[in-house]
Amino acid sequence: MSAKRSVIGVPRRRVDGRAKVTGQTRFADDIVLPRMLHCKLLRSTIPHARIVRIDGGRALAHPGVHLVLTGADFPITYGILPVSQDEHALAADRVRFVGDPVAAVIASDELTAFEALDLIDVAYEPLTTFSDPKESLAQGLPRIHDYGDRGNIHKIVSLGFGDVERAFSEADLVFEDTFFYEGSTHLPIEQHAALAARDPDGKLVLWSSTQTPHYVHRALARALDVPAAHIRVIATPNGGGFGGKSDPFNHEVVIAKAALLLDRPVKICLTREEVFYCHRGRHPVLMHFKTGVKRDGTITGVHLKTLLDGGAYGSYGVASTFYTGALQTVTYHIPVYHFQGCRVFTNKPPCGPKRGHGTPQSRFGQEIQLDKIAEALSIDPAELRLRIVERPEALTANYLHVGTIGLPECIRRVVRTSDWANRYRKLPNGRGLGLACSSYLSGAALPIYWNDMPHSGVQLKLDRSGGVTAFCGATEIGQGSDDVLAGCVAEILGIEPLDIRPVTGDTDLTPVDLGSYSSRVTLMMGNAAIQAAERARELLARAVSRKLAIDPDRLVFADRRVFDAENPEVGVSFAEAVSLAETLFGTIGTTGSYTPPRSAARFKGGGVGPSPTYSYSAAVVEVDVDPPTGWIHVPRVWIAHDIGRALNPTLVRGQVEGSVYMALGEALMEEQSFRRLPRRLSGALVHKFPSLLEYKSLTTLDMPEVITELVEHPDPRGPFGAKEVGQGPLLPVMPALANAVHDAVGVRIDELPITPEKIVKALQAKAAGKTPRYGPTAFPEIPWPETLQVPPPWEGGDGTSIKK
Amino acid sequence: MMRLPRFHYHAPRTVQEAADLLARGPGEAMLVAGGTDLLPNMKRRQQVPTTLVGLRQIGALRQITNGDGLTIGAGLTLSSLLDEARVRDSYTGLWQAAAQVATPLLRNMGTLGGNICLDTRCNYYDQNYEWRKAIDFCMKKDGRTCWVAPSSPRCLAVSSTDTAPALIALGASVTLASAEGTRRIPLATLYQNDGINYLARRPTEVLTKIHLPRADGWRSAYWKLRRRGSFDFPVLSVAAAARLAGDGTVEDARLVLGAVASQPIEARAAAASLVGQPLTPETIARAADLAAQPARPMDNTDFSLVWRKRVTRDFVSYALAELRGDDVREVRMRIARQLL
Repeated sequence: MSAKRSVIGVPRRRVDGRAKVTGQTRFADDIVLPRMLHCKLLRSTIPHARIVRIDGGRALAHPGVHLVLTGADFPITYGILPVSQDEHALAADRVRFVGDPVAAVIASDELTAFEALDLIDVAYEPLTTFSDPKESLAQGLPRIHDYGDRGNIHKIVSLGFGDVERAFSEADLVFEDTFFYEGSTHLPIEQHAALAARDPDGKLVLWSSTQTPHYVHRALARALDVPAAHIRVIATPNGGGFGGKSDPFNHEVVIAKAALLLDRPVKICLTREEVFYCHRGRHPVLMHFKTGVKRDGTITGVHLKTLLDGGAYGSYGVASTFYTGALQTVTYHIPVYHFQGCRVFTNKPPCGPKRGHGTPQSRFGQEIQLDKIAEALSIDPAELRLRIVERPEALTANYLHVGTIGLPECIRRVVRTSDWANRYRKLPNGRGLGLACSSYLSGAALPIYWNDMPHSGVQLKLDRSGGVTAFCGATEIGQGSDDVLAGCVAEILGIEPLDIRPVTGDTDLTPVDLGSYSSRVTLMMGNAAIQAAERARELLARAVSRKLAIDPDRLVFADRRVFDAENPEVGVSFAEAVSLAETLFGTIGTTGSYTPPRSAARFKGGGVGPSPTYSYSAAVVEVDVDPPTGWIHVPRVWIAHDIGRALNPTLVRGQVEGSVYMALGEALMEEQSFRRLPRRLSGALVHKFPSLLEYKSLTTLDMPEVITELVEHPDPRGPFGAKEVGQGPLLPVMPALANAVHDAVGVRIDELPITPEKIVKALQAKAAGKTPRYGPTAFPEIPWPETLQVPPPWEGGDGTSIKK
Repeated sequence: MMRLPRFHYHAPRTVQEAADLLARGPGEAMLVAGGTDLLPNMKRRQQVPTTLVGLRQIGALRQITNGDGLTIGAGLTLSSLLDEARVRDSYTGLWQAAAQVATPLLRNMGTLGGNICLDTRCNYYDQNYEWRKAIDFCMKKDGRTCWVAPSSPRCLAVSSTDTAPALIALGASVTLASAEGTRRIPLATLYQNDGINYLARRPTEVLTKIHLPRADGWRSAYWKLRRRGSFDFPVLSVAAAARLAGDGTVEDARLVLGAVASQPIEARAAAASLVGQPLTPETIARAADLAAQPARPMDNTDFSLVWRKRVTRDFVSYALAELRGDDVREVRMRIARQLL
């Protein structure tokens, strides 16, 4: 077989590119069915209240209204995690934030439905509201939920890997810093939309802009009490997801129920405001880093405490909590590690997974602290990181198996391309460079619900036409998963990606793939696709070998032909090869599947963090700060990403640059922030600006030049050696920017977003002889539970916790 | 998505016809030109006229004529205005202001008259119906309290037009037409410092023309503070215009601040301090200090009010430096993210 690749590694136009740029991609809102009705949700205007009475009678009597649903119609809870089944499609007896849905109107058109919302009578009995974690920690009653670790603490954990106090006593210097990372939302351009209908057999079909059709399928079966085999979920192409479409959503459950009751198609298209209420975005995190180092920069131990503002529901929050502490050890060698995390409920839209899920916050803190450490030790920040990078194939203190590590090469690349040696600390006042690094998982090694089945399955159908259909549950959310599927199969079979018809994200037609989250699709679906394609190739090779009387090992699949490696003119077309195989074996269909390797972490909480392999990134950001106003301008970003192997470099670069874009939004301006009106006048607690205009994220004009370097060290665990790229490159940008501000004007901004106002305040502090920084000064007292001790591998541990 | 409420729509072909429709009452009719301001507001139920009188069919409102200065039809789109070399060359501040309104797509629809009459803005008001219901509404629509300052007897919504400060600095006047006839007033007098009744336009009047005096040695510039290089309304703006003698002495000057009150604010003392002086770092600094004094930003826009107030003097300095002829391209790129 030829080792030369004709598809993989070649920059190509994506297979769905034509449909996207010509406007022919059918998003959920583009689907229109005969007799279709429209749904609108009545949402709570009270942040926290008991529903005393709800009456939809007047709304139902409104002309054009077909159905009014309330919480009584949805007695069964659901939620993405088995441990957090805390959502009702419509509030049962309690609303927990402004925007929590309490009733639904299904009408002939959207305007009628909207008008009828005002005719629903709801009587609320307001309850005490909790606007931030400090309030939720201070007061456990009333509880926002009747489950969780205690009071309004949803999840609280304490994990110890070695004796961190001893590690600090062995350090030459110990650094302590507190950081705050503001919450932000995903802001996909496509607002969530869904359409539900009974198919002609009476079974339920849901089209939805979801990243996780498999999990939506399970949630619908549970919440509606309908057999899963009678439900079909079709994930329409998403106009962006970024994690915001990874939960099963109340609007999906509501329209599914309505379509079943009315036996008519029912559509819902959320407004931008409603997308802000779905949220599941970045948790606001307050964190405290205590790090011991030797004079040469070697880390002796790290103690990290995080406090997450979870919002009103569980969502992925338990996983998010662990993720704030999971990946520090994968980047740098940390021999002793103590992690404590706490997530509280508040009366705001629920937080969840956003690109980087739980890890950007603590990455921000750690990379700024390393910059401070480098300064204190008089070591160049790039050199410091090169000294402490984790070793390839290591088993970390918290039992994560790392694979290949391209981070040193990433650091060297950005140092070279940014001319770091000649510019860092050498630019005039107001201009500066900053560097930071990161790592991210290439797919979570554990599924959301416990099972030992494959995480991704691919089925191939080949027929005598020479066409290949590839079926997979993976979901195209704009990231290019259909292209990865087609590319992997095309490469193995020696045909063109456009010869493949990808059929994806349809629970009736496609084998299960867990969904487009945790950067898992390329690695997991890619491996499954390769396995399925290799199995098909073997059948074709056997048939062609028989026809041509050539050993199958000598056959090459390339250029839409199957031919003799030694006499390339001797061969058959690909279509003929399929015909031969079909003649010999009957209908040709193969499957492939992928199950991640078992994790070495066997302690409670060890399920979050393991991955088949990890990607690495390094970034240098240049800033131009105007001291009088604090105004920040970012002219350039250099970023290098360890992709393992770029399957389609065009898509990889797109993901890197898109990550830089999203990262700069979080670094400079995005804030999912809330407003509480004066208490003596009002009980309101509302999102400050749930709109695309006033929630600020970068426009094209604000985007700097981005110099992208791809570092390719193929990892044997990835398809053709590939790792993830969808999330990792976001992570180093925010701390690199903070570090650049320090290089520019000599102040530390230990809080995101980094705004001109904060820079001015830090410069004022500096001028007044105070600590030249802006950021949180204290981490609250938290009633941590007893620490679960897990001896690290080098202390003889086996991945289990010490039993008490 | 959000849907418009139901309304009647009229598409008159003449100003007279439009004025007659407004005069017919009962007073719930509103004018719509490009619709970029009013229609989103209607979707959010901030403004719910039962009748709309569309101005797009009135060709006369899109004319631009020379004469004693320049007369611009109120219905000219901002994109068309930007295509006018006469505006760019002789009324640079207006051109720079128009170029920074919203986005290219919105400028293709939005008109100069619409931007002049732009509804005042506030973070408590520019929200959809459900959100406003959650705060029990505000004084400007359906409520009683001004949440920006609950003891305030008047609405503190912010004048957010880019073009008005630039036009006032250039000494513009406007023509208003009604069924009874037309009147021409200085643009500055069209505004009043009240977030609800921010226009002195009578409900039966149509803004038809904007008149600019001869450029006559006047230079002008417009600087806008906003978070991003596009899309955003101003949260502070500085329009400066000055007539300079051959030796650089300021013979006359006007300075106007936008987005710091419910109407554009003229910084008269600052402008007066420049007259008879050359533009030097010292005179600019003094004018900047004086100009910053009347700025009274409130906490109802993007950025904190303290910081917005603080940087007023910097923005005045940028504008005056540009009038002096300094090379401000680097500062422009940093602030506006584009050259203007």
